[in-house]
Amino acid sequence: MGRAILLDKVNIPGIRAFEVYRAHGGYKPVDKGLREMTAAQVQQEVIKSGLRGRGGAGFPTGLKWSFLDRKSDKPRYLVCNADESEPGTFKDRYLMEKLPHLLIEGLILSSYALGVKTCYIYIRGEFKYLVGILETAIREAKKNNYLGERILGTDFSLEIYVHPGAGAYICGEETALLESLEGKRGNPRIKPPFPAYKGVYDCPTVVNNVETLATVAPIISMGGETYAGIGTGKSTGTKLISACGNINKPGVYEIEMGLPTEDFIYSEEYCGGMKNDRMLKAVIPGGSSVPILPADLILNTAKGQPRLITYESLSEGEFESGSMLGSGGFIVFDEDACIVRNTWNLTRFYRHESCGQCSPCREGTGWMEKILYRIEHGQGRMSDIDLLVRIAKNIEGNTICPLGDAAAWPVASAIRHFRGEFEAHINVPCTMYNGQMKEERAL
Amino acid sequence: MFKITIDNILIEVEEGTTILQAARMIGGKVVPPAMCYYTGLKGSGGKCRSCLVKVAKGSAKDPRPMPKLVASCSTPVQDGMVVENTTSAEVQEARKGVVEFLLINHPLDCPVCDQAGECDLQDLSYGFGMEETNTREPRREYPVVDIGPLIKLHMNRCIHCYRCVLAAEQLTKKRAHGMLYRGDTMEISTFIQTAIDNDFSGNMIDVCPVGALTDKTFRFKSRVWFLNPMNAHRECSKCSGKVTAWMFGNEIYRITGRKDQFGEVEEFICNECRFEKKDINDWVIDGPRKIKRQSVISSNHYEELKKGSIIHPIEGTTEPQE
Ligand SMILES: Cc1cc2nc3c(=O)[nH]c(=O)nc-3n(C[C@H](O)[C@H](O)[C@H](O)COP(=O)(O)O)c2cc1C
Ligand code: SF4
Ligand code: SF4
Ligand code: FES
Repeated sequence: MGRAILLDKVNIPGIRAFEVYRAHGGYKPVDKGLREMTAAQVQQEVIKSGLRGRGGAGFPTGLKWSFLDRKSDKPRYLVCNADESEPGTFKDRYLMEKLPHLLIEGLILSSYALGVKTCYIYIRGEFKYLVGILETAIREAKKNNYLGERILGTDFSLEIYVHPGAGAYICGEETALLESLEGKRGNPRIKPPFPAYKGVYDCPTVVNNVETLATVAPIISMGGETYAGIGTGKSTGTKLISACGNINKPGVYEIEMGLPTEDFIYSEEYCGGMKNDRMLKAVIPGGSSVPILPADLILNTAKGQPRLITYESLSEGEFESGSMLGSGGFIVFDEDACIVRNTWNLTRFYRHESCGQCSPCREGTGWMEKILYRIEHGQGRMSDIDLLVRIAKNIEGNTICPLGDAAAWPVASAIRHFRGEFEAHINVPCTMYNGQMKEERAL
Repeated sequence: MFKITIDNILIEVEEGTTILQAARMIGGKVVPPAMCYYTGLKGSGGKCRSCLVKVAKGSAKDPRPMPKLVASCSTPVQDGMVVENTTSAEVQEARKGVVEFLLINHPLDCPVCDQAGECDLQDLSYGFGMEETNTREPRREYPVVDIGPLIKLHMNRCIHCYRCVLAAEQLTKKRAHGMLYRGDTMEISTFIQTAIDNDFSGNMIDVCPVGALTDKTFRFKSRVWFLNPMNAHRECSKCSGKVTAWMFGNEIYRITGRKDQFGEVEEFICNECRFEKKDINDWVIDGPRKIKRQSVISSNHYEELKKGSIIHPIEGTTEPQE
């Protein structure tokens, strides 16, 4: 049985309300943190916990916090990244919808640790319905003196503001997010300087994912060391995985780090096996930006070890035979899915979402999309396949922000593992979706 | 002072200097091409990626190489840094890729473009591009937008370097122009097509590395290589009045800022000098402007090429399908 640390209260009726949440042990971690611990101690627990960022890159949270420029006399800010727009990832939305107060708890504790007086939740524009939920939670917390001036009678004061985006995936990239928060066009900034020194309004800023910040509450409640005891190796604690695709039970699951992917896909507790008993063909294990893996490589590593849901295991084999945990969007394909069509679809997304600042990403994403569209529709040429590999290579690593990599990896990995399927599409329009082809356009 | 090595050449520079600036102090072949960086425009650079270099050694203190190629225009030097530009095959390969990306949607209409001969994209392509094209996708086309009587905007030629946006923001009082949309549909436009009229808007023509913004008063008048660039000056209440007059015989065909060997103007000039003073009597001619002929303006530039630029048909067909 998996252990629920984040989602333990999720099924309690009315848990969104402060009173109910409080009655079930909510805000105890905040009481503990603010009353019994110093800010440095709270940060120390987070460092001990081994918590790594849940937004995609997996950067150690305690370490990121320690980079924050504390010498500056400017105000410091905490920004909660709730822009969740990665195809296949829908865990933050679930968490905010079901347990808004858990996030508020995490934000209070993190702000306390960082010495922050103002915290922003930058939320994806399409999540309009969540703005009200979060603002209600903030209001309730304020009424109960968990937010506002002199929280719980201490010297610590905090305000949280919810700021909706305007519908751009790129605004999830932390520096584009900061630009957008400042009311500008959401173009990623050129780094350095990093947000820890020059973030929002040129002030020292920490940007963390919703799940990362929410996890701070259970860490303070159970202690960093206990948290670090869960999971394996450098992947501590639990992780929310949003599973979708051709499985029996799509949804958001909290798993203990180290769960074998096979158990995750086939056990009744989680995905419940493949829909209609089809064969497993491939999985994108960490949201659309990470490399796709064919069935044999998602279940076992190239060395024959069972593949586990951890940062280390999923990336074992690097780009040859591995992938990444990413943001935890687990997309499952069965034997009837067309990899070419899926790759084209993802590339269409990245083409649409590229901010357009740097040449390789702006031009490369569009070029790959046009080629993949042709291949999928039976107008490709054999040389297009190697051309795609070359374009992906020329984008990767040469851009301002990681969106370029995110656009290149799915293409490169799909061709690496499913080259035959691309070749079969040359001169033959995709047969898997015959009769369903709606989007027509001039080639 | 920091010591930094670029392509095995050691130079000492001040703290805060970027790799590109350090390379420019050395000069010659080690200077990476810069399509978006412009010294006079704050916040420029980092976008086109043509100036990518490899940092083989981060600094004396932390000798690890940087994991990715970096934009030399926006990376400050560290003491003991070792940079590879022409000596790195990886850099050459990446730059070739960047040139290709900049060209796949470019209309390649140099024969009818006023910028031809002094175009940074032409230079970049001759210097680092491939000899064949690999794309057969339709090229991007934008609707034609009229941005007023003085400046002609050819959006299809734009490489989205942001220089003109920054120039408009920093040189003029009211920005009437900016970047719309995103990704490969991104477009320079004056907001709601307001004509740009203010005293320094003409400088956008000078900072534009390609023929996307050209001088309407000079449109189709002459090829730039037929004209003699002369340093000229006049008393001007708005700017320094120091310009380059492009002349044929005694006639002034156009006025631009005085550009240096990296294509950057020494000083920005006002619209009155640029657009209205085309009579030889308006100016005191100081003498020929010494242009470092790194551009295609200089015909000798072609000699270094091994082969001519032939567009090879791909796999036996030049006919686009459908
Ligand atoms: C194109 C792009 C989109 C991103 N979108 C998100 C997002 O929606 N949510 C998120 O938390 N992080 C996103 N990230 C990662 C953030 O830049 C940043 O690394 C993260 O918010 C840091 O939080 P963490 O350390 O808690 O993971 C994105 C990154 C890129 C390059
Ligand atoms: S990689 Fe793409 S999204 Fe990121 S800055 Fe460059 S153009 Fe914008
Ligand atoms: S119009 Fe010229 S200066 Fe402006 S972004 Fe395009 S290429 Fe750059
Ligand atoms: S000049 Fe450096 S990225 Fe364009």
